[in-house]
Amino acid sequence: MEHKTLKQLSDGLAAGEFSSVELTRHFLDRIAADTDTNAYITVTEESALASAAAADEARAKGEAGALSGVPIAHKDIFCTEGVRTSCGSKMLDNFIAPYESTVTERFKTAGTVTLGKANLDEFAMGSSTESSFYGPTRNPWNRDTVPGGSSGGSAAAVAAGLAAAATGTDTGGSIRQPAAFCNLTGLKPTYGRVSRWGMIAFGSSLDCGGPLTRTAEDAAMMLNVMAGFDAKDTTSMDVPVEDYCANLDKPLNGLRVGLPKEYFGDGLNDGIRAAVMAAVKELESQGAVVQEISLPRTELSIPAYYIIAPAEASTNLSRYDGVRYGHRCDDPVDLEDMYKRTRSEGFGDEVQRRILVGTYALSAGYYDAYYRKAQQLRRLIKDDYQRAFEDVDVILGPTTPSPAWNLGEKSGDPVSMYLEDIYTLSVNLAGLPGLALPCGQVDGLPVGLQLIGNYFDESRLLNIGHRFQQATDWHTKTPA
Amino acid sequence: MEWEIVIGLEIHVQLSTQSKIFSGSATRFGAEPNSQASLVDLAMPGTLPVFNEGALRKAVAFGLAIDADIGKRSVFDRKNYFYPDSPKGYQITQMDHPIVGKGEVDIVLDDGSHRTIGVTRAHLEEDAGKSLHEDFEGMSGIDLNRAGTPLLEIVSEPELRNAKEAVAYLRKIHSIVTYIGISDGNMAEGSMRCDANVSVRPKGTTELGTRTEIKNVNSFRFVEKAINVEVQRHIDVIEDGGNIVQETRLYDADKNETRSMRSKEFANDYRYFPEPDLLPVEIDDAYVQAVADQLPELPDAKIARFQNDYGLSDYDATVLAASRAMADYFEAVVKICGDAKLAANWCQGELAALLNRDEVDVADSPVSAEHLGQLIQRIQDNTVSNKLAKQVFEGIAAGEGSADEVIEKRGLKQVTDTGAIEAMIDEVIAANPEQVEQYRSGKDKVFGFFVGQVMKASKGQANPGQVNQLLKDKLAG
Amino acid sequence: MSLDRNEVEIVAHLARLKVSDDQMPATLASLNSILTLVDRMQEVDTSGVEPLANPLDATARVRADEITESNQRDAYQGVAPSTTDGLYLVPKVIE
Repeated sequence: MEHKTLKQLSDGLAAGEFSSVELTRHFLDRIAADTDTNAYITVTEESALASAAAADEARAKGEAGALSGVPIAHKDIFCTEGVRTSCGSKMLDNFIAPYESTVTERFKTAGTVTLGKANLDEFAMGSSTESSFYGPTRNPWNRDTVPGGSSGGSAAAVAAGLAAAATGTDTGGSIRQPAAFCNLTGLKPTYGRVSRWGMIAFGSSLDCGGPLTRTAEDAAMMLNVMAGFDAKDTTSMDVPVEDYCANLDKPLNGLRVGLPKEYFGDGLNDGIRAAVMAAVKELESQGAVVQEISLPRTELSIPAYYIIAPAEASTNLSRYDGVRYGHRCDDPVDLEDMYKRTRSEGFGDEVQRRILVGTYALSAGYYDAYYRKAQQLRRLIKDDYQRAFEDVDVILGPTTPSPAWNLGEKSGDPVSMYLEDIYTLSVNLAGLPGLALPCGQVDGLPVGLQLIGNYFDESRLLNIGHRFQQATDWHTKTPA
Repeated sequence: MEWEIVIGLEIHVQLSTQSKIFSGSATRFGAEPNSQASLVDLAMPGTLPVFNEGALRKAVAFGLAIDADIGKRSVFDRKNYFYPDSPKGYQITQMDHPIVGKGEVDIVLDDGSHRTIGVTRAHLEEDAGKSLHEDFEGMSGIDLNRAGTPLLEIVSEPELRNAKEAVAYLRKIHSIVTYIGISDGNMAEGSMRCDANVSVRPKGTTELGTRTEIKNVNSFRFVEKAINVEVQRHIDVIEDGGNIVQETRLYDADKNETRSMRSKEFANDYRYFPEPDLLPVEIDDAYVQAVADQLPELPDAKIARFQNDYGLSDYDATVLAASRAMADYFEAVVKICGDAKLAANWCQGELAALLNRDEVDVADSPVSAEHLGQLIQRIQDNTVSNKLAKQVFEGIAAGEGSADEVIEKRGLKQVTDTGAIEAMIDEVIAANPEQVEQYRSGKDKVFGFFVGQVMKASKGQANPGQVNQLLKDKLAG
Repeated sequence: MSLDRNEVEIVAHLARLKVSDDQMPATLASLNSILTLVDRMQEVDTSGVEPLANPLDATARVRADEITESNQRDAYQGVAPSTTDGLYLVPKVIE
């Protein structure tokens, strides 16, 4: 039951094979029995059962939608009214949001059951979910390894059968990389496709909400709920929302696939290279036409991203000052003392590190050399993609250069962790949609491929993912 | 040494929108603390700003009113600093691409001469909240109702040469923003606030001296005093061989001095960068034209029209057109009485004195334009004399009713009955034989004495023209 | 470019963070390794390239000037560390 797809659960509910309350109870029992994944920060048992009962009632009245009564997890970066929204930080450990994010609101309206709030790197800053105030999440495939991050709790919850699907956010790979590490399908939509209202900001011009699921079809069902214009988010795009399930079966004949040579260079794990190339073969067998392309600034996405994201984060996180909500230090002697102790106590090491880098990059005398320069590179990176999309429909490569690493292995060396984001960062800088799909295993650890589409081409990515998953069984594998 | 004074003003104007610049909260003044602070205004995690079109329209209207370049693409930036009344830890403002570019305004000086003052730019930004310093168990209280109120910051060129010019410029900006209805201009409530940048340099030189900024001088009178006292401080310091330190200073009205704002800050570094939560604002010619079409007649156009249509002097026209409310009042009076000169005299004389005495706006004048128009009509048709009309005016101001009602109640109607006036003249002549003798022997001056006596006898109500004529006839014997 | 201790202190102050003496060496080392990483950007000639702030180069939508919010003070101040009479309390603000 716990490893069924969303689609299967949705069909089962519709056929009356089980009720939403039974399904929800099942997941809650599994969560309670789980001792070491640490996928959740907060489990909302009571409200989950209540909304399951409401979903069953709605179904009895014939008012159930595709995701009615299906239990999922939300990354604890989406504000949920009346439920602690911590963002993985001590700073917000006591923060019960008095409002609801647009994404979670849309799921509520769809009748989806929320099991709880999933663990994440503090303020989504990390690639391993080790920087959470609530302790690291473990990878269900090998409990000594990281699940990836920052949406590691979401990924681990789905992989371990502790949720049928989950929401995540992706600022530099935070959906795709944990999906790859946990054998899931992870979609980062086009920037602006999903509202950011109530989604706690990390890098405003990069952040994007999206689903982590077992299959591309499930991702399409989730995106059908999440996507859409929101008047409360100026950066959300007023572009019509398709039915993302409508084109899943479309044949791939004549699909033009580009393989960027920079994605297959020296740093890539051989096992992953082989797995990705096998996937390419599969697509070719379905009629796709493959060609090599070049994204010459791929390497530069690391410095550009590690300026832009910290710069935006450094000011986005200025609001955590101990005045209106969240942590405040004890007995401040004056304002400065309140600010400095509140923030140094409330934020963890990685968050403080990025605030310092971002503050420096924006400071007088350095702005042009860092922030402005990074934004210029950003345009060059976007231009590279636009040039590539003149020749190909989608771009394909690995999601990560290596499989999941061991807990603690890189936490003392931020730069070594940053380098692992090489294949995902440029997609956020350019604002494009990216889809991670399971495509093999290396030493018993899952690895993923990544499809990159042009703006608002989520439907095509999901179509390719679905066709690939119809012909392969990597996505059906579950951890022991 | 002779010194030249260089002054530039930064005027913050609160735009009179219904809702805030980036949220749907009300902007009403004087509400319960934090009752108008929404999730966005409180900078709750994950909340986002959405730009208010009303603020955009009002800013564009100002740009058009000062004949400025309108920024077809304006960009919001974050100005980063920590302060409890700045909930996000940054202020959203416009740095490199303001909504209003270079413009200019015309000011009139005391001697009646005109000067054109350059406006460097005007940009949109959000107001901060308020820190209340009364003692709350040793703490300060923060009210964020004002946070997010739209502001237009209007920056002048450093072209003002003395405090009086600065005040004239400030008044002109006040006049423009209230004319076009983008602000209530209420300085007491902080709807319009002024920072003055002041420096001095030896006359004849072109290099600017070190400037100081006087923060938040919030009345016309204090702007003048603060600038004068700061200029004198600059001159004293320099003439004593000292140097002016570039800094921000506060004006203390009680002591009539400025003092340095204490600050432990390292040099401010605001780390401006484009606000990623808001996108660049693009407007087209059609939008600008639509705003232009809605603009009312501007002060300068009105001044010109008052001179042309009503034959007013430059001075009178400028005074009357300084506020839209006064101009509207004046025109309403003219419409009733048909005599612009008389209307102008009354508006600048009795009316202005009354408003000044009672400290009320012309909009709240106890003497309405209808009342004053009728009063002037009664002067024109000789129902009251000019002199007694002032008493009628006082009566109206005191709430005794319309001009006709006051004339009636107070019995101020002018005596024009020839027989009655002749009878009074006869009595005066009979009672003053000595003076009659003097007059008849050629002492013309005594005539004034007789006029005075007759007017006194009539309690001022006799028509002076008739008194003159009849007296002459009677005295001639 | 690399940072020295004094610069880190200035930056930390701007960001209102406290870097203790104990943390300073590790902070310096990690910040400087990050700066070494990002300094690779400087090799690229970007003259004449317009910076990209929003990936879609989109422009703003505006909202109508309407009041859409009502007083929710009690709910919003429920999560505040310290309030009295509807005001947020902070250590004395000195101007």
